[in-house]
Amino acid sequence: MTNEPAPRKRRRRHAGPSALREQRRAAARHRAHAPGTGKALAKQAGSSKALEKGAKSGRSLIIACGALARDILFLIRQHRDHIDLHCLPAEWHNTPQRIPEGVRARIRQAKEEGYARIFVAYGDCGTGGALDAVLGEEGGISRLPGPHCYAFYTGVENFMRHLERDARSYFLTDYLVRHFDSLIVKGLKLDTHPELIETCFGNYDTLVHLAQDDDPALERKAQEAARFLNLAYERRYVGHGDLATAIERFAGETSSKAEE
Amino acid sequence: MSDAEEDDLDLRELDDDELVEQIQDDLYDGLKDEVVEGVEILLERGWKPYDIMTKALVGGMDIVGKDFGDGILFVPEVLLSANAMKAAMDVLRPLLAETGAERIGTMVIGTVKGDIHDIGKNIVAMMMEGAGFDVINLGINVDADQFITAVKEHKPDILGMSALLTTTMPYMKTVIEALAEEGLRDDVVVLVGGAPLNADFGKAIGADAYCKDAAEAVQTAKAFMQRRHNRRASA
Ligand code: B12
Repeated sequence: MTNEPAPRKRRRRHAGPSALREQRRAAARHRAHAPGTGKALAKQAGSSKALEKGAKSGRSLIIACGALARDILFLIRQHRDHIDLHCLPAEWHNTPQRIPEGVRARIRQAKEEGYARIFVAYGDCGTGGALDAVLGEEGGISRLPGPHCYAFYTGVENFMRHLERDARSYFLTDYLVRHFDSLIVKGLKLDTHPELIETCFGNYDTLVHLAQDDDPALERKAQEAARFLNLAYERRYVGHGDLATAIERFAGETSSKAEE
Repeated sequence: MSDAEEDDLDLRELDDDELVEQIQDDLYDGLKDEVVEGVEILLERGWKPYDIMTKALVGGMDIVGKDFGDGILFVPEVLLSANAMKAAMDVLRPLLAETGAERIGTMVIGTVKGDIHDIGKNIVAMMMEGAGFDVINLGINVDADQFITAVKEHKPDILGMSALLTTTMPYMKTVIEALAEEGLRDDVVVLVGGAPLNADFGKAIGADAYCKDAAEAVQTAKAFMQRRHNRRASA
């Protein structure tokens, strides 16, 4: 017996080099046509799937990021008689380049359906002004104030004042705490590749939980998340911040319009 | 023989072209150990570190970048590939210095103040290094003073700034103005990048160019170096 290590054997790609790449390309082509994606929505907007022309005549619509669904439904609970909510995929957070055209497609569909008033519940969300350009082109539709959800949940002014203090903070809203495992752990493959925890979060020092509710179970979950990411934990109760202000204003404006 | 064994592969059995292709595939799949092993075999076969970097690693990472741009790969896959490339670069870097491989130019790069996104910036840094630039990576949350100090100290040809947040993009302009105040603006080519930026923004803040990804950054930097070289030659 020798101590020499056996030559390392490796697995070769089944169908030769780049087979995996082909597989991934095929999957991406599939995704591009799956429901809920930008292209599919754009198609849907002009297709028979859209409601009959004018079916929603006189009603108001909030087009929102899926991450805000629960909170917006709460905020409009008294106004469901005239406001509808339509959510777009929360996963677009990770591919913000899809947001502007996805939102445009839904706006056009809403116009077809006869909605009288539309509000877009997105921040800039990393579109670098592209979403604002679309909203301008579609007739000056309003959106939530500020760059992203962490800012408008905190209150944009307040958030911007503390940019420097918070430069090394990683924020989680209640939504993100609730879906931490699927969105962050699985989304960034931190479970199968724990070395990525350091690559992704090595620059942060604190996980700041921007809480909407007083919910001890959620608080515990947020603390666990902080431990998992090797970050200190801080809880800030912010409620719904500017999201509430904006949605309530829209609800008020639209109900007075409805009475006219 | 089981199927698994049939699929096994000894990298040493591959000829050079096959091995380069295999390294690129392994890079794509984020297989760090395999990439490093492939690089070591190429070194044993007498390949120059510089050639390994450009042909196997940069070539492979270009494919990763393209598929990320096309929405085929996502952030974690890109990260695994980048980590694999980083491990291979760590093997090659000391050898590059030893062999005195010619460097094309120098770059200082950092993510601007308030922003600690660094995945894309690090990939740009690595690809620029792979393309033959000396790269001084200032890291994250870099303020104007730190950029200025680094420009004075390293006299780079290229200054690269990265921002991923709408709230930190404007700071790039602050840095460019600070460079001008110090009389350093004309000494460096300023490249900016990061997902929410675009060419119009780059122009508006007075950068020399906006680059949408690392491959474009390398191309643009090389083109500027060529122009600079020509100007010097004709002067
Ligand atoms: C991964 C990620 C993170 C990771 C970052 C890990 C790390 N170590 O960097 C984590 C999860 C930690 C994170 C944190 C945060 N993030 Co983040 N993040 C992203 C995400 C999904 C991808 C960014 C990325 O790494 N892409 C992969 C690389 C390869 O691409 P890239 O960065 O674009 O780089 C390429 C090019 O742009 C170019 N390039 C880049 N830099 C440079 C520089 C030069 C000189 C050149 C020439 C080229 C160049 O070349 C690169 C390679 O090809 C983006 C969404 C998106 N798709 O952009 C959000 C995003 C940027 N994040 C966002 C936010 C809000 C945050 C947080 C505030 C969130 C929070 N929960 O706290 C914090 C930031 C805190 C802070 N102070 O910085 C928002 C920004 C919104 C806005 N309006 O500004 C985005 C757009 C998500 C969204 N849709 O809302 N994030």
